[in-house]
Amino acid sequence: MTRVRRWLPGLLLVSPSIILIAVFVYGLLGWNFKLAMTDKHNEIAEIPGRFVGLENFTGIWGEERWGLSVRHSIVFTLVFVAGALVLGWLLAFLMEKGIRAEGGFRTVYLFPMAVSFIATGVVWRWLMNSATGEHAVGLNRLFHYIGLDFLQWQWFRDPDWGMAAMAIPAVWQMSGYIMALFLAGFRGVPDELREAARVDGCGEWGVYRHVVLPMLRPVTLSALIILGHISLKVFDLVVAVSGKQIITDVPATFMWTAVYDSHDPAKGATIASYIVLSVVIFVVPYLIWNARKGNRS
Amino acid sequence: MTAHVAGKAPRTAPAAPAREKGRAGTWVRLVLLLLFVLVFLIPVYVLLVTSFKPLSEADPAQAWNLPKVWTTEAWSVAWEKLEPGIVNSFLLAIPGSLISAALGSLNGYVLSKWRFPGADVLFTLFLFGMFIPYQGVMIPLVQLMVDLGDALGVQLYGGIPGLVLAHVVYGIPICTLIFRNYYVTIPDELIEASRVDGAGMLRTLWSIVLPVSGPAFAVVIIWQFTSMWNDFLFAVFLTGPTSWPTTVMLNNIAGAVTTPYSQQMAAAILASIPTMVVYVLLGRFFMRGLMAGALKG
Repeated sequence: MTRVRRWLPGLLLVSPSIILIAVFVYGLLGWNFKLAMTDKHNEIAEIPGRFVGLENFTGIWGEERWGLSVRHSIVFTLVFVAGALVLGWLLAFLMEKGIRAEGGFRTVYLFPMAVSFIATGVVWRWLMNSATGEHAVGLNRLFHYIGLDFLQWQWFRDPDWGMAAMAIPAVWQMSGYIMALFLAGFRGVPDELREAARVDGCGEWGVYRHVVLPMLRPVTLSALIILGHISLKVFDLVVAVSGKQIITDVPATFMWTAVYDSHDPAKGATIASYIVLSVVIFVVPYLIWNARKGNRS
Repeated sequence: MTAHVAGKAPRTAPAAPAREKGRAGTWVRLVLLLLFVLVFLIPVYVLLVTSFKPLSEADPAQAWNLPKVWTTEAWSVAWEKLEPGIVNSFLLAIPGSLISAALGSLNGYVLSKWRFPGADVLFTLFLFGMFIPYQGVMIPLVQLMVDLGDALGVQLYGGIPGLVLAHVVYGIPICTLIFRNYYVTIPDELIEASRVDGAGMLRTLWSIVLPVSGPAFAVVIIWQFTSMWNDFLFAVFLTGPTSWPTTVMLNNIAGAVTTPYSQQMAAAILASIPTMVVYVLLGRFFMRGLMAGALKG
């Protein structure tokens, strides 16, 4: 009894948060899945949806727009994740041994993280304006100035690889963050280990290959998880740069139009469920792995 | 349970880089880093230069030139259009971040110092709440806000209070994480001594824990302020014309084809000033939030 009295007050103190998380996270996720399994394709409150199983989940693959948005999301994810990972790693690598004015560099590389995608989207839409030749502005105009006219292209309006262009602002925005993660990782490698490797006859590259890089694996995994889940739900950036155009449609914008333009809650919920599933597939194993690791140490 | 990177802010490198292979390497790195600084600042240049141009210089051929005549015309128009949104954003982000910090502090305290059976499992369940794409709860959330608002007699859907509620609830996981990781560093003996002296849970929180919580509060308040200020997804689903925060207003202004570039850019800068100021003045705390958010994104 005294034991219970020892922990009960604590439980009571967190109980408001427990209830909120239970309702708003788990309850609403469940509600959303339930809605996705009904035929509620209208917003009229009086007509409740009938349970239709996974009909919406399979049916949506018959829609051309869904296929497009999935393809867009994949292209975006590949370019964004690879780009931010490589650039972030490179910046950290260049800085890890200490450099003059390091704080200044860090401040510049990280500042986009403090700004919204909506604000940066404004300037990127200008930079990636698709006009070429006489009317070119933005980067196309800049290419013209420096005599690289052949580089001018449609950017995000390119029908095949437009989403690769859409990933550029995202790389710009997030690579500073990845740099900070890697920098912490680099600096977390004990100097004694590097020294020991040198004593054993490793050259500088050998030290990186055999000591530093293996120790960066956990950081790389974290970075991948962070970038991946940002990428799969990307919404603001696409809206800010190109609005609701089908040419840059991703699941999150498709869901938005399903709810507000097509007034189809079941379809919106289906798309939302797919977004959640795509993230859960790799985040849940990561969280469990993380929890186990925490218990071991 | 904590991510390996969490809380490990990059310390500055040893002042004298050990055994540098001559000066050349350092110079190469410095030049490369400076090049990246230039690339990173291109959007900033465009924003500033364009925002000070008069309409008469809105010509693709002069797109990258400095203004011939500097004018704040665009700034005053942009301010007029954006002001209600900025006011709304402050009404959202100030109370929101304070409530978030209070809740996070209580939860973090209990989960680190006043644990109950199952506290670890609960914490993992909380953490999952950070990773879910919010699209997955958005459609039922709108419905819940309508119903809850009716029941309570407050306008939750379409008003600022609803948006505050949403941000506070979905901010619980990250705030709890930051406070928990911070409180873990307080020696258990201190808490135990206070207990022996007859102080209860709240008394100990008030007189032992809160007085040393300053940095954690700074990190959480800055983190929540920034994410509430920059959020677009919740705002676009939960607010209406009178309660639109900055991001939604900015998107409407910049998305209209009739808005000249100079005004779009000025509006984008105005919308980013508060978070930029926080970032520049309190970057250290912002950094720590980011590192804790390595588990988030």
